Amino acid sequence: MTGRLARFLCVGIPVAFLGLFFIYPVVSILGFGLSGGGLEHLVGLPGSATFRGVAWFTLWQAAVSTVLTVVVALPGAHLVARRRFAGRRLLRALATVPFVLPTVVVGGAFLAVFDRLGMSDGSFRLTHTVWAVLIAHVFFNLAVVLRTVGSYWEGLDPGPEEQARVLGASPAQTFVMVTLPRLRPAVAAAASIVFLFCLTSFGVVLLLGGPGIATIETEIWRHSVWRGDFGAATALALVQLVAVLAVVGVGNGLQRRRAVGLRTVVARAPVAGWWELAANLGLLGLVMGLPVAVLVERSFLSGGGYSLDNYRALAVRVDLLPLTALEALVNSFVFALAATAMAVTVGGLASLVVVHGQRALSRVFDLGLMLPLGASAVTIGFGMLIALDQPPLDLRSSRWLVPVAHALIGVPFVMRTLVPTLRSIDWRLREAAAVLGASPGVVRRRIDFPIAARALVVGAGFAFAVSLGEFGATSFLPRQPDRLTAPLALFRLLGTPGQQLRGQAMALAVVLMVITGFSVLAIETRRGSAGADL
Amino acid sequence: MRFLHQTTTPAALFVLAAVFVGACGAGNGSSTVPISATTGVQAISGQTVTLVTHDSFWVSEGTLREFTAESGVEVEVQRLGDTGQLVASAILTSGDPLGDVLYGVDNTFLQRALDADLFTPYESPALTGVPASLILDPGHRVTPIDFGDVCVNYWIDAFDDDLPEPSGLADLVDPAYSGMLAVQNPETSSPGMAFLLATIAEYGDGWEEYWSALRHNDVSVTTGWEDAYYGEFIAGGGDRPIVVSYASSPPAEVIYADPPVDSPPTAVLTDTCFRQVEFAGILAGTENRAASEALVDFLLSPTFQEDIPLNMFVFPALEAATLPDEFVDFVKLPDNPHVLDPAMIEANRNDWTERWTDLVLR
Amino acid sequence: MLRVEGLRVVLGEVFVLDGLDLEGVEGEVLVLLGPSGCGKSTLLRTIVGLERASGGHVAWSEEDLTSAPPHERDFGLVFQDHALFPHMDVASNVAFGLLVAGLPVEGREARVAEVLDLVGLDGFGERRVDTLSGGEAQRVALARSLAPGPRLLMLDEPLGSLDRALRDRLVADLGVLLRGLGQASIYVTHDHDEAFALADRIAVMGEGRIQRIGTVAEVWSDPVSTYVARCLGHENLIELDRSGGCALGRLGDGPGTVLLRPGKLVLSHGLDGIEATVVGSSFRGGRFHLRIAVGDMEILIPAPEAVPVGSGVRLTIGSDPVIPLVT
Repeated sequence: MTGRLARFLCVGIPVAFLGLFFIYPVVSILGFGLSGGGLEHLVGLPGSATFRGVAWFTLWQAAVSTVLTVVVALPGAHLVARRRFAGRRLLRALATVPFVLPTVVVGGAFLAVFDRLGMSDGSFRLTHTVWAVLIAHVFFNLAVVLRTVGSYWEGLDPGPEEQARVLGASPAQTFVMVTLPRLRPAVAAAASIVFLFCLTSFGVVLLLGGPGIATIETEIWRHSVWRGDFGAATALALVQLVAVLAVVGVGNGLQRRRAVGLRTVVARAPVAGWWELAANLGLLGLVMGLPVAVLVERSFLSGGGYSLDNYRALAVRVDLLPLTALEALVNSFVFALAATAMAVTVGGLASLVVVHGQRALSRVFDLGLMLPLGASAVTIGFGMLIALDQPPLDLRSSRWLVPVAHALIGVPFVMRTLVPTLRSIDWRLREAAAVLGASPGVVRRRIDFPIAARALVVGAGFAFAVSLGEFGATSFLPRQPDRLTAPLALFRLLGTPGQQLRGQAMALAVVLMVITGFSVLAIETRRGSAGADL
Repeated sequence: MRFLHQTTTPAALFVLAAVFVGACGAGNGSSTVPISATTGVQAISGQTVTLVTHDSFWVSEGTLREFTAESGVEVEVQRLGDTGQLVASAILTSGDPLGDVLYGVDNTFLQRALDADLFTPYESPALTGVPASLILDPGHRVTPIDFGDVCVNYWIDAFDDDLPEPSGLADLVDPAYSGMLAVQNPETSSPGMAFLLATIAEYGDGWEEYWSALRHNDVSVTTGWEDAYYGEFIAGGGDRPIVVSYASSPPAEVIYADPPVDSPPTAVLTDTCFRQVEFAGILAGTENRAASEALVDFLLSPTFQEDIPLNMFVFPALEAATLPDEFVDFVKLPDNPHVLDPAMIEANRNDWTERWTDLVLR
Repeated sequence: MLRVEGLRVVLGEVFVLDGLDLEGVEGEVLVLLGPSGCGKSTLLRTIVGLERASGGHVAWSEEDLTSAPPHERDFGLVFQDHALFPHMDVASNVAFGLLVAGLPVEGREARVAEVLDLVGLDGFGERRVDTLSGGEAQRVALARSLAPGPRLLMLDEPLGSLDRALRDRLVADLGVLLRGLGQASIYVTHDHDEAFALADRIAVMGEGRIQRIGTVAEVWSDPVSTYVARCLGHENLIELDRSGGCALGRLGDGPGTVLLRPGKLVLSHGLDGIEATVVGSSFRGGRFHLRIAVGDMEILIPAPEAVPVGSGVRLTIGSDPVIPLVT
């Protein structure tokens, strides 16, 4: 009886969550748009040269961004997975930080970096080029690959690599022929997330790409918000969803291949060589460190010199804002906690269904819960507005809608880190536990959960960071002024002239980064105790 | 299945609780008090009206409480995106509006909102204190509350006797000012749109020629106001001395200066301004008609109007409203700002922006 | 007492177990012997409930367990590759069964200490499992299975991955331990030496059934079939011709296979006896084993001293030298 109930909840909660907060709103808004001229637009799209250009560019930049991100992140993933060095945990936490930075801040930081490197003009110009977009995408998404692949890699038995080396393979050959194929589920998981992120990237494309560049996402926004042409926007949103379905389908297929066993006997990770450490940190520093350093420098700049004034100002409300910046940070923190709790619940249960459920159900879950990541913030935001307007679902102005929207985007992160790890847990461990008297539920709690906890924590960290920095969907939902979040406050501060406001915005961005870093660090240090009870 | 029972139940309860609490907390003041023809305080006292507005809306802490003290009506503010998002959302939800009063639609989006029949007419008695030039809907479906001018700003120190600051739009295509101007894309930015409209109002059909010349003169186009002002303009460390911004930007440069200054480092070219008027309207379908009317009246009261400038950096519509010192000292408002009929804007904007894109970006 | 009746298990399309019967005896160590792939592991997995039977019954005394889930059977299983939980230390691994049974902390701690002591790993409780040697890991796995006091303990080639010397020592320890506890056990192996070292009774498995079951002496001296004889390590199986003859003379009544009883064929010191040639020699277990060609047959016999390969020898055959076998 309880078994049936548990199974029902496992399936029912994710279905209810996705159905209520994603499928129903999206179907509502698409239906609205299609009946308002969307069909004609849809039919006309393939014939439009402009559309073909935009669609091609959208896919192209997402694909290249993804490949670049994976290439840049893999050495770092190896470092955190297979080497010991002081500050390893810190590095992992720091890597998550770029995730929360609002694009408007990062865009500014990148422009400043280009400027300082002499790349804002001339033949090595990066500003307002597609290269700027690609670099910024790597900056934002590096952590996804670093952490998803890193945590999976850490759990892989190093035996086959050692065997390959003994058989005469060079380190490079070993990596390409042995390691990479084994990492495939995790790389595919991370890459599909990065791809979706880049496919629907908005601020980076507009800000760094400049006005000459358009993607399907920016076109959806332009048509719906600026031109009021919901028909055209709907046609594009449909195309976007179909593309996302295809991408997720392929990505999931690549991940499904089962990895062979988590290691049971572990050689202790060797200490990192200094050159290895230096090369890695140098690369990460170049991509992630420079823009962040510019931000930090600006945050201390005030009154013509360096001081803490901007940080002190965070506790004082400026006329433009309903709250102090600090209070907005508290709001963001609370929303992020709620969003993370929901994302972990829904994503955790859904992962169990994906890994242990019937085949058809498993595939549907695997696909469905990824979709929100690839749907436009416009689609989700407007969809929620028109769908969730009737009791008992009159949630449009509920305070819970913002964390729910954030959780929708957090769930894929939880699942993409959890599913590969759950799949790779040695089935004999479950059998051993069962024979020792553990019921299937106890097996999940005592074996699957603690082993998967590391991955769950990584996913939760991302869900938390995503929520802290989320701006798009949030801006489409009605909010009371006292529920101001930090990214929105930041945006408002940057929207009015005055160095004081700008300095405060920079300080707020830095505090947001630090909070993220510490939160992720705090969540992760707790994981050591999991499952070690006698 | 003991495990699932034990550990998922609290989590499940959390989610369910979230949904239920959300559902319960969502009652947005759909009060069932019958609509009264007499708008006496007695009749509306105790009601709640929801004011839907954009993310830039904010007034001092006590201002709305004063309204509640006078009328007994509670105001719940719901902020949503920028002006474009706000209008689009209002149109999408017109069958079941997000609130009772919408504040923040401007003249560039006005016709779209009117075409969608978002509002019910209400002629506020307070309109007598508002200049006729701001009352753009003779049917009073919307009421002007504030206005702001989008103008070309310049960095004062960048110009001297050898190269004086430009005097108006015409100078901006002069090769002497080549590579100096930063503007925003009218398809992604509200001031960018306003500036395009200013050039159309000034040059009529000749606007395309003007923009070709601007492009020839190395105009820089950014996506939004932030990257133009902070990225390209000298104020943010850029190297361009001329930027499209607001008439209220110079006072902001004083109020939020760091270190403090006596006068703004920037000034406005008043001949380049396009006037954006922001309106409030009572949303069709409200069940709190009388309280909504009272709120619109209050938005035009001196209390609210005088609170507008320092919180939102726009100007009160009420002529009699006292301006803060910084606005008196550092704002130069144009005598004859550029204006265009909202209906004309709505009818042509897609065409204009497309041609603009072809001219300037392709 | 374990009772397995007519057990059938299909894996894929193949009947891995095909009507298998088996009865355990209270407190004995039953060794299940058979070549790789004969279904021994499947039988254990079915008994503990990890595989589903498509026919037949598994029962403990009068209690039918055929459809009971593994965690309700109160059996133990030690896996060949230990399957220690990597996220727990040694003590937590050993305590697992006690924990899920709901034993309070003090009881768990005491029992864990007791069992660790029993397997000779006193003080290993806080070690991480990935720091253990193979033999230690195996003993932790054993301790983990013993801790809850299962009514039946099964061990699936538990020493398969260890070196010979360690294996011999652990087999001996294991025998002492299991008998000392009076623990009913089923031990699976493909190694007959291990089987003889440990077993109270031996069951030889083949073709999805138990081919022969009995005490070590019974089974060894009368394997009944060639298959069982080979499994037990008997080397001198002789094919007889139609008249019951072979190179050693007439040994039976007709065609068939017979087992040459150990010790019935010896090197003759005199000049009489059957002529033969030494074709191979090896030294094992303190004795020489000679491979000797007689006509078209080869036979293995022990010898007290080395004989050069290629030498001619003579063989003496004792009375009643063979047991007939069923093929």
